[in-house]
Amino acid sequence: MIRARGLEKRYGRRRVLGGIDLDLPRDGFLVVTGANGSGKTTLLRLLTGLAAPTRGTLEVDVDRGGIGLLAHEPLVYRELTGMENLDLFGRLYRVAERRERIGMLLERYGLWEARSERVASYSRGMAQRLALCRTLLHEPELLVLDEPYASLDEVGAGLLDHELSELAGRRTLVVATHDPSRLASLATTRLALG
Amino acid sequence: MTYLADVAALARKDLKVELRARDTLPAMLLFVLSTLVIFHFALPADTGDDAAYGLLWVAIVFTALLGLARAWVPEHEHGVLDALVLAPCDRSAIWLGKTLATLAFLLAAQVVALPAFALFFAPLSATALVAVVLVDIGICAVGSLLAAMAAAGRARELLLPLLLLPLAIPLVVGGVGAAVSPEGERYLLLLALYDGVFAVLSWASFEYVVTE
Amino acid sequence: MGLAIVLALLVAPEDADQGVSQRIFYIHVPIALTAYFCFGLGAWKALLLLWRGEERYDLESYVAIHQGTIFGVLTLVTGSIWAKASWGHWWLWSEDQLVLFLVLFLFYCAYFMLRFSLEEGPRRARSSAVYALFGVVLIPVSFLAIRLAEGLIHPTVFTREGPQMSGSMFATFCVSWAAVTLLAYVLYRVELVGKRLDADLRELREALR
Repeated sequence: MIRARGLEKRYGRRRVLGGIDLDLPRDGFLVVTGANGSGKTTLLRLLTGLAAPTRGTLEVDVDRGGIGLLAHEPLVYRELTGMENLDLFGRLYRVAERRERIGMLLERYGLWEARSERVASYSRGMAQRLALCRTLLHEPELLVLDEPYASLDEVGAGLLDHELSELAGRRTLVVATHDPSRLASLATTRLALG
Repeated sequence: MTYLADVAALARKDLKVELRARDTLPAMLLFVLSTLVIFHFALPADTGDDAAYGLLWVAIVFTALLGLARAWVPEHEHGVLDALVLAPCDRSAIWLGKTLATLAFLLAAQVVALPAFALFFAPLSATALVAVVLVDIGICAVGSLLAAMAAAGRARELLLPLLLLPLAIPLVVGGVGAAVSPEGERYLLLLALYDGVFAVLSWASFEYVVTE
Repeated sequence: MGLAIVLALLVAPEDADQGVSQRIFYIHVPIALTAYFCFGLGAWKALLLLWRGEERYDLESYVAIHQGTIFGVLTLVTGSIWAKASWGHWWLWSEDQLVLFLVLFLFYCAYFMLRFSLEEGPRRARSSAVYALFGVVLIPVSFLAIRLAEGLIHPTVFTREGPQMSGSMFATFCVSWAAVTLLAYVLYRVELVGKRLDADLRELREALR
């Protein structure tokens, strides 16, 4: 599913990521660890296609519509409600049975009551949970999660644990984290950066 | 026709965001009215209507700049732009949605500003009104793209006017000519040419500005 | 270059109604044409960058536009001198070419501000490239706009019947044009090599770190 050789990323003269080789089969679970600034986020951005490698080769065997990214930022509109945000992305991703799926996700992640309130009024944990809904909305084949536990509250973290254990083996997962022990049982491949 | 559906969804989103935040449109309105009043004091007593027509276009350009400076702010607030770029829709749809929404705001501001202008200074002919619409289209099309470019860097509020003003010069020429000259149609053609060429160029190159 | 200057100042016959100021013409017009050419080259390299994606096109585009801007400033200066000598004013809004170059100068200065404000990398390269393309499209559109806006006083050099110059004047013009183009080309290569060397040095330093 993912195959990288000599993957390198630099911004002008600044080298952010150097000489990465990677093989991740379909439905594998990759855990990426490394200190801050070791290039974890950059690697994830390369995998999703948001950034292009400066050198080396990268093959990702899924098109844009099959990728889901959970980043540091929630990637949702502040001024829109939770419902409206998901509706927008549902349309853009051409999600089938949009309404039902959105409803289901909002309930599962405890956001049903807050669905008609603007994201600006959400707590950080709630916003990140909404981001998780957005990521899962279109049932992506490749899920990329950048330090997901960092900004999730306890409720969210528990739900994510559950979700990941459900998805492991059924979808391809890439998770960058500071706390690899949490996912130790699920990981099929490990990559340490920096 | 999913492309148009995407554009519609995106433009609707922009309208909703503005309706809730309510910061850009009132500012644009107030700005353009204040500018018109300042112009009254800036023009010496015996200047003809022509000078006023010239200043109208200055007011429009700067009002548009005000709106454009805020155009991509919602996308940068929580990094949403990444999510849009990642979506399977055509990236140019993002540009088109944004341009249409900004255009709507500019026209809305002008619905108040143009009658005010006619009241304070001089009436506007039909040619001039057509010119206003054409200038709006040109400015929003190019401005959306440039604003996205500028937003990626530092000093973005300073950069946008610098990038946009030279490109706005043909629009101002077209606008003034349409309002003032007896051969106004020629200038409308110039504006139409500008719009056609630069809108297509902006539409096609937006993809390259938001991706790496 | 020296040969061109000599020819322009000593050999070419004076234009009947313009006198000494005519000499500037031999420098001014080639410089203007070279500036256009540089902007065009910059846009072409920009297109190649967007199309093929190779990094080197970014530098080539930038250098070409840099050269174009320098020649653009020279156009404004020589044009201003010509205006003063021919019509007694340092600046004339009725001079289409001059006004066009002023607009282009502003536009390309903004180009450098854009590059200055963005961090080095593919984002900056692509945005610069798109802006360079806008510039080259702006040239004819602006020209049309300025034409419509003012009357036409700038003497047209090449009319549809052919250049309005006598034989030796034309020869001098061509030599001058060739000389200026050569100068521009040399400057372009020198700057390009210099910048490439810079970049290579930096890469080496990074690699050694």
